[in-house]
Amino acid sequence: MNSIFIVAVLFLFFIVIFQIAKASEYVSVLKGENLAKKQNNKINAFLMLVFLVVGLFGVWYCNDLYYSKTLFVQGSASIQGEKVDSMLKLTLLVTGIVFIATQILLFWFSYRYQDSDNAKVYYFPHNTNLELLWTVVPAIVLTILVVIGLRNWFSFTSEAPKDALTVEVTGKQFGWIFRYPGKDNVLGKKYYKNIDNATNSVGLVWDDKSAQDDIVTEQTFYVVKNRPVKLIIGSRDVIHDVGLVHFRMKMDAVPGIPTTMWFTPKYTTKEMKEITKNPNFQYEISCDQMCGNGHYSMKGIIEVVSESEYQSWIDKQSPYYFAAFPDKNPGQTKLPVSDSSKSSTSSNITTNYNNHKI
Amino acid sequence: MSSTFSDHSSATLVAPHLLDDTHHEHHHETFISKYVFSMDHKMIAKQFLVTGIFWAVLGGLMSVLFRLQLGYPDASFPWLEDILGKWAKGGHITPEAYYALVTTHGTVLVFFVLTAGLSGTFANFLIPLQIGARDMASPFMNMLSFWFFFLAGLVMLSSIFVETGPFSGGWTAYPPLSALREASPGSKSGMDLWIISMALFVVSSLLGGLNYIATVLNMRTKGMSMTRLPLTIWALFFTAVLGVLSFPVLFSGFILLIFDRNFGTSFYLSDIYVNGVGALPNEGGSAILYQHLFWFLGHPEVYIILLPAMGMVSEILSTNARKPIFGYMAMIGSMFAIAILAFLVWAHHMFVTGLNPFLGSIFVLLTLLIAVPSAIKVFNWLTTLWRGNIRFTPGMLFSIGFVSLFISGGLTGIWLGNSALDIHLHDTYFVIAHFHIVMGVASMFGMFAGIYHWYPKMFGRYLNNTLAYIHFWITFLGAYLIFWPMHYEGLAGMPRRYYDYSIWESFKQFSDLNRFISTVAMIVFAVQLLFIANFFYSMFKGRKLLTQNPWNSNTLEWTTPINPGHGNWEGDIPEVYRWAYDYGKDGTEFISQVTPIGSSESTH
Repeated sequence: MNSIFIVAVLFLFFIVIFQIAKASEYVSVLKGENLAKKQNNKINAFLMLVFLVVGLFGVWYCNDLYYSKTLFVQGSASIQGEKVDSMLKLTLLVTGIVFIATQILLFWFSYRYQDSDNAKVYYFPHNTNLELLWTVVPAIVLTILVVIGLRNWFSFTSEAPKDALTVEVTGKQFGWIFRYPGKDNVLGKKYYKNIDNATNSVGLVWDDKSAQDDIVTEQTFYVVKNRPVKLIIGSRDVIHDVGLVHFRMKMDAVPGIPTTMWFTPKYTTKEMKEITKNPNFQYEISCDQMCGNGHYSMKGIIEVVSESEYQSWIDKQSPYYFAAFPDKNPGQTKLPVSDSSKSSTSSNITTNYNNHKI
Repeated sequence: MSSTFSDHSSATLVAPHLLDDTHHEHHHETFISKYVFSMDHKMIAKQFLVTGIFWAVLGGLMSVLFRLQLGYPDASFPWLEDILGKWAKGGHITPEAYYALVTTHGTVLVFFVLTAGLSGTFANFLIPLQIGARDMASPFMNMLSFWFFFLAGLVMLSSIFVETGPFSGGWTAYPPLSALREASPGSKSGMDLWIISMALFVVSSLLGGLNYIATVLNMRTKGMSMTRLPLTIWALFFTAVLGVLSFPVLFSGFILLIFDRNFGTSFYLSDIYVNGVGALPNEGGSAILYQHLFWFLGHPEVYIILLPAMGMVSEILSTNARKPIFGYMAMIGSMFAIAILAFLVWAHHMFVTGLNPFLGSIFVLLTLLIAVPSAIKVFNWLTTLWRGNIRFTPGMLFSIGFVSLFISGGLTGIWLGNSALDIHLHDTYFVIAHFHIVMGVASMFGMFAGIYHWYPKMFGRYLNNTLAYIHFWITFLGAYLIFWPMHYEGLAGMPRRYYDYSIWESFKQFSDLNRFISTVAMIVFAVQLLFIANFFYSMFKGRKLLTQNPWNSNTLEWTTPINPGHGNWEGDIPEVYRWAYDYGKDGTEFISQVTPIGSSESTH
């Protein structure tokens, strides 16, 4: 009932505007079309000026309202991201100047050169020097931006440092699986036809010895402050994207084609909670590539911790192999391949899943 | 309806039919041959326009519905369940419906409205009229072009009503999501219909495009050399070339997708395990291959949308500033540069796909290069206004609005084209703000400018001016209010295509802003309905045109009768003696292209 009422009011409102508009046309015909045209021209020219002033004020006001909600305020949480931020600022400066200058010219010219009986049009079809000027100057400015951009681009996409912590990230509808190489520091072989949701979520090849000590977790993984992290990214089903806004990094997860990305975290999660003054702060991994109806809920967490915290966490993890073959757990049988002597049970992994709700 | 069009048929009946090159065939016209299967380029243009308007309303309405979800994620709207049924259970749009709406909104606006609605309308309408031809090179192909488009629309429309819903994987339709029926309900029969519709659309585009090219190259009237063409025609010509060269590549991408979906091939599929299905047999394909094929069209497509708007805006700015367009040759040169570069930048949509970094760097360079011809165009438009005598007709207002939006949206392209920044901003709201301003709203403004400017030529009547001014100012202000703040959401890293942000610690701080944006979007949509009311009302009841040349314009279309018949000119086609932009020359307000050069005229 209520919604019908609203629709009716809106419809009436429409009719009123329409009738007023029709009436104003009759009036303009009565007044003489030239007079009406002149009046309209003046009003619109004035509105151009108003729009310029209100618009520039609006740009400032919008910035005032929302700047504090962007990532500029907290700064980059990775060393690489600092370069992104400084480049953003330079680009903002350059494009900002051009924006303000050209918009002022556009609206000022519109107002200043409104139709008037006294004015004579300046016949000005071309001018080679002017045209050269605004070809060459943008070209030079853009060259500078390209040079800075490419220098950063090549450093971001370069080979990760040797001491980097390697973690494999696998996307699936709709969550993340992480794999550490284990004691031997080698990620074991995997084949997607071995995937089994219950016991082998990434499809490890158990015959491969280097796979037997790999550690697999879901939803959350741990990295170390000031130590480079290299992510080897893949997907189990459709294309996903590992989006790390706080580190200013992003890379697609493509089935069948592994991609990589590396960065160096600057602050631990705890430190970031203080910097952002948000006790709930977390380094969230957002999926940034449309991957199906649960796309918006595909969240992962990165915990950045100190070296010692990391060691005590990783020591508690037991190889995924034991989750698949509990009877081979050193607690029951001695395994030559497994050198993880820490007494942890396979249930560790399951607790890890449940710690973080999506 | 018949009263609108009866004037001209009687006018042509009395016109002398003595000349061989006037092939008027009005005598046997029936309703069907005149309004339905018409081969008159002007009628086909109107068909494209009205169909485009239909899709614009539907596509716009979809954006209002999904903005409702984004702005008011917790509210419940029982009336939504009334119209959407199971797609809005309990008055909440479901994620399935949300993604279907987003996808269909994108597809419809990009292809049906801003490609077919824009260049379909104005290439058909303006090319023969402005080059001095009686019709297109092949009126029959032209008719087919419209009806393939119509059919594409019907198929797309039908996909909304299938049980599993329309396709919902984004307008880019990346596989494997679009290839695997099990990956998403929208990838079932909704996707089959989506591909069929797009394939029909490609056929329509090719039929139209080939025709436009042939007409511009071969059918110009005497004296109309290429360098005397109005810039609208140059723009529409480049647009057609882009379409003809890039749509077939998209088509090839779709063919491979059809094979992967239906015939067990592995062009795009490899190493896939689908929940609930298990491991698929496909190995060795590349999901990235599709993106290359898609964006090889997808990027030129941006210019297919933008160039016609640029051309019309150049023409309208010059006419209403009463001053020649500044740097005519530079305008053509920059459009040519844009057309070439459009083919060499596609991978800037793919910087974060794991693309080879060296290849990426080449695409950064070429992408930022496009800013140079774009800058030339902007400065030339500004100089055209400088020391002019500006008449603020509605068409002129929308043209100025276009320039403002093109600057705003174009500049953010410099951010996104630089891969080191894209790695942060890719697929955030910054991208949404960028392409909506520069491609969506700006081209829409170009289209409005064109409609307001050429409506008198199309229908022999004026649109209501007061409504036009209301339409312009609210839309212009609204466009900035909607899309400007989105830059800030993007700079906070807020990803696009999310149904709900409330579970994200990093992105939930914008709920007030989202509500504001949604509210403005609804108001702006309502104002478009006002325009549509004006459009259809004025067709029958608008103020009648009393002169042939209401804007005192130089181009050829204004030398035709007020309501031109099929064949456009009565008697001979006029001969052309000069370029289209002699405004204010030697103190004369305007000199039509058909006026011979006077002996005392100055040269420039």
